[in-house]
Amino acid sequence: MPDPYNTMTEMAASGGGNQFWTALRRNRMAMAGAAIVAFMSLLALLAPVLGQSPEYIDVSLQLSAPNAQHWFGTDDLGRDVLARILYGARISLLVGFVAVGIATLIGIVLGALAGYYGGIVDGLIMRFVDIMLCFPSFFLILAVIAFLEPSIWNIMVIIGLTGWMGVARLVRAEFLSLREREFVQAVRVIGASDARIIFRHLLPNALSPVLVSATLGVGGAILTESALSFLGIGVQPPTPSWGNMLIVGKQTLGEAWWLSVFPGFAILITVLGYNLLGEGIRDALDPRLKD
Amino acid sequence: MLRFLIRRLLMMIPLMLGITLISFVVIHLAPGEPTDMQTQLNPETGVELRERLRAQYDLDKPLLVQYGSWLGRLVQLDFGKSFSQDHRPVGEKVLERLPITIGINLLSIAVILLVSVPIGILSATKQNSGFDRLTTVFVFIGFATPSFWLALLLMDVLGVRLGVLPISGIKSMGHEYLGPLEQWLDTLRHLILPVFVSAFGGVAGFSRYMRSNMLEVVRQDYILTARAKGLGERAVIYRHALRNALLPVITILGLSVPGLIGGSVIFETIFAIPGMGKLFYDGVMMRDYPLIMGILVIGAFLTLVGNLLADLGYALADPRIRNA
Repeated sequence: MPDPYNTMTEMAASGGGNQFWTALRRNRMAMAGAAIVAFMSLLALLAPVLGQSPEYIDVSLQLSAPNAQHWFGTDDLGRDVLARILYGARISLLVGFVAVGIATLIGIVLGALAGYYGGIVDGLIMRFVDIMLCFPSFFLILAVIAFLEPSIWNIMVIIGLTGWMGVARLVRAEFLSLREREFVQAVRVIGASDARIIFRHLLPNALSPVLVSATLGVGGAILTESALSFLGIGVQPPTPSWGNMLIVGKQTLGEAWWLSVFPGFAILITVLGYNLLGEGIRDALDPRLKD
Repeated sequence: MLRFLIRRLLMMIPLMLGITLISFVVIHLAPGEPTDMQTQLNPETGVELRERLRAQYDLDKPLLVQYGSWLGRLVQLDFGKSFSQDHRPVGEKVLERLPITIGINLLSIAVILLVSVPIGILSATKQNSGFDRLTTVFVFIGFATPSFWLALLLMDVLGVRLGVLPISGIKSMGHEYLGPLEQWLDTLRHLILPVFVSAFGGVAGFSRYMRSNMLEVVRQDYILTARAKGLGERAVIYRHALRNALLPVITILGLSVPGLIGGSVIFETIFAIPGMGKLFYDGVMMRDYPLIMGILVIGAFLTLVGNLLADLGYALADPRIRNA
């Protein structure tokens, strides 16, 4: 008897799942999320066309409230807040994607090795996962950053290196169940190599939970980056990032609300978009999981 | 139960070893040396002092020897001396800050449970009602809200504009001149915003979790049995369903410990609360290497303890586990 869950995931992974796309299109949550994600990506892409210069300093305009010229007001150096938010979107999305890309890659490789080979390999990798999960990830990230120059590249790599454990567990679980299935036995019988079995046959069928977790992960990485930048150990000024813009928001507490409200709202909306999209994809992949 | 406890404690030993190994590797793979900061701070210091510092912290020996001697001292709970001006033992510094961090986290766990359990029950029993929809919206917003931004907005409105709540520290000026009750109330007032901020995201997560647990449980056969024998809806939900829906919450509570401890860096820094998170942040800014290593290990150890407590709680609550 075909297992509805696996049939579904196989279809989704092969890209031919009409049912998946239909379910996704009907899912209001996913569509709202996709719209937000598309909108923010467009803003990031068109930042140079849409806004003014994010680093143009006009001291005569220090801390002016939102007006026709500067929709979101100006900051302590008279820079246009809207322009900085638009450029900040580039930073946030870049960090989100690269960090999640790194985490997903590590997670897939380690999870695949553990799930496919089992035994000692599995034991070692999974103990490593257990140990990594013991660390409050924010502590681990901070500890590494303490000894590196805080830069956007370092941030991305560190967030990626500390965020792969969930993916590894997911891929391992998928592999454990998939490798016993008949089609895998069949490929093994015709003499396919381990690498071929892993990459051509198992991995494509194990990707859909990874897709969900990666989508949700982008939101998480954006939150982490903004927190680090807000603490002054992430993206460094004058490069605008939503997190480091909020530093000025804190310095002008009670006098310039627009410096706190807009950048934070940008973070919230973007993370919300990725979370809605991720949850929507999950529902579309497996209707059973929907409450 | 004793056997369960012993087995569970033994399992912690390899994890603990792994934690120290990773902490050590993480710090030592990073470029730059802990002595850099010390020597940079003081331009007078030359090569000689640098070498003396290196020898003092065993940095001139092979990595394996360094790890061994560090581990040896760690077992005796000796975390080394802080690089900061006071040169006090790291263990002592952490120990005096730890109660604040643990206290605030316990308070926020209490708030999380008190708020999210009723929300979860209500939205599950009234699935797709207006309340349920509202909860879902709140959950998504709660997940996406950066806690430091929420802190900033609350500080702006409640602290600066309206001036109703203090926004930094845990004591007012002149705290020591207050009577015991007033002292207590003063600290409580200082804790309102930090606890609210640190509980906010958790409330969102736990409400959703509680809701889906509840939905899962009410589908079970024994609930059908309870209904079939004519029990009222209240008895079915609160006597039969709730207990079983609460069980997995214990586990999730244990799993959320690292997140809570990690989050304490953020809100303790924002609200200038002298806890372990703030200590860690200051240590990172100063590159206080023994302190960073020490707190990294202690933080992971707290997670292990949290997981242990969660497992024990689960075993106490569910006989199927402890007899397995």
